[in-house]
Amino acid sequence: MSILHTVNKSPFERNSLASCLKFATPGAAVLLIEDGVYAGLRGTTAVPLITDALERVKIYVLGPDLKARGFAAERLIPGIGVVDYAQFVALAVQHAKVQAWL
Amino acid sequence: MSETIKKFLYLNRKAPYGTIYAWESLEVVLIGAAFDQEVNLLFMDDGVYQLTKGQDPSGIGMKNFSPTYRTLGDYEVKNIFVDRDSLAARGLTQDDLLQIAWEDLDTDESVENIVTVVDAPRVSALMDAADVVFSF
Amino acid sequence: MADTIDVDGKEFAVDEEGYLANLNDWVPGVATVMAKQDNLELSQDHWDIINFLREYYEEYQIAPAVRVLTKAVGKKLGADKGNSKYLYSLFPYGPAKQACRFAGLPKPTGCV
Repeated sequence: MSILHTVNKSPFERNSLASCLKFATPGAAVLLIEDGVYAGLRGTTAVPLITDALERVKIYVLGPDLKARGFAAERLIPGIGVVDYAQFVALAVQHAKVQAWL
Repeated sequence: MSETIKKFLYLNRKAPYGTIYAWESLEVVLIGAAFDQEVNLLFMDDGVYQLTKGQDPSGIGMKNFSPTYRTLGDYEVKNIFVDRDSLAARGLTQDDLLQIAWEDLDTDESVENIVTVVDAPRVSALMDAADVVFSF
Repeated sequence: MADTIDVDGKEFAVDEEGYLANLNDWVPGVATVMAKQDNLELSQDHWDIINFLREYYEEYQIAPAVRVLTKAVGKKLGADKGNSKYLYSLFPYGPAKQACRFAGLPKPTGCV
């Protein structure tokens, strides 16, 4: 079974997302939470990192964290899913383990 | 009270909510405004996210301090600068940012929006001109 | 142990300085009871300031510092009320501190 990776740091401040995506294997899921959600937005310098990864892994954003920061789902790169807290739990259950990239 | 007016520059480089820096900086600005100094705020790197419109952290159980930025004009902060390159790197424009008005009630002088997007040379000049830089 | 004040038979939690613990608990009776403890009787002039503070907090999510309050009151309620002499005559323990307490707000940022 695959891994659910969580990334909670901005891609513009830390390399957590880049490292995560480098090592995530096909079939894994990546959930962007807290300041990690900024990586999911369109038009940023992190877009190539995300679009490349979307060919191999599923990427999600935690909705309440996105809303807190003032962005609607329409601002996300196509292909990224939005989940709520219950779906976060469901994702955690579906995967063999959860690995946090702090 | 000292007669020497110093130029204070508050340098904000952190996103809100993920860490406490943004809120702490805002509190220091509000407290420091009582001291009759020239206060400039500069937002760059992830700090530009502090000024995005439409923030609503009710779902993550945190206080929404975004509306508090709109009081800065009342606190005699007259200059708020945002680094253009930092906005561009994040796919943002001035339209994504709050408007902050300023008004002098004694003279009726007013400025509709004191948030100014500036280029890198102006950012350097602001840093050079400051007597004191507070980094958050 | 948290302190409480009694308003019409209902207990309201306050902090060690007497500020209401939960902003959303506030009812006008809170201000009346707190004023009585300070030997004040609230007039319409007091209520104008208390209501103003609650509106200010609702909009900006902070209690204003005293000189910001003075300016803002002058703008909203007229220049004759936008001065510290007037505000201190209403709230002898300080317009920001005492009026904010009556209004159920936290202590203003910058007050010690």
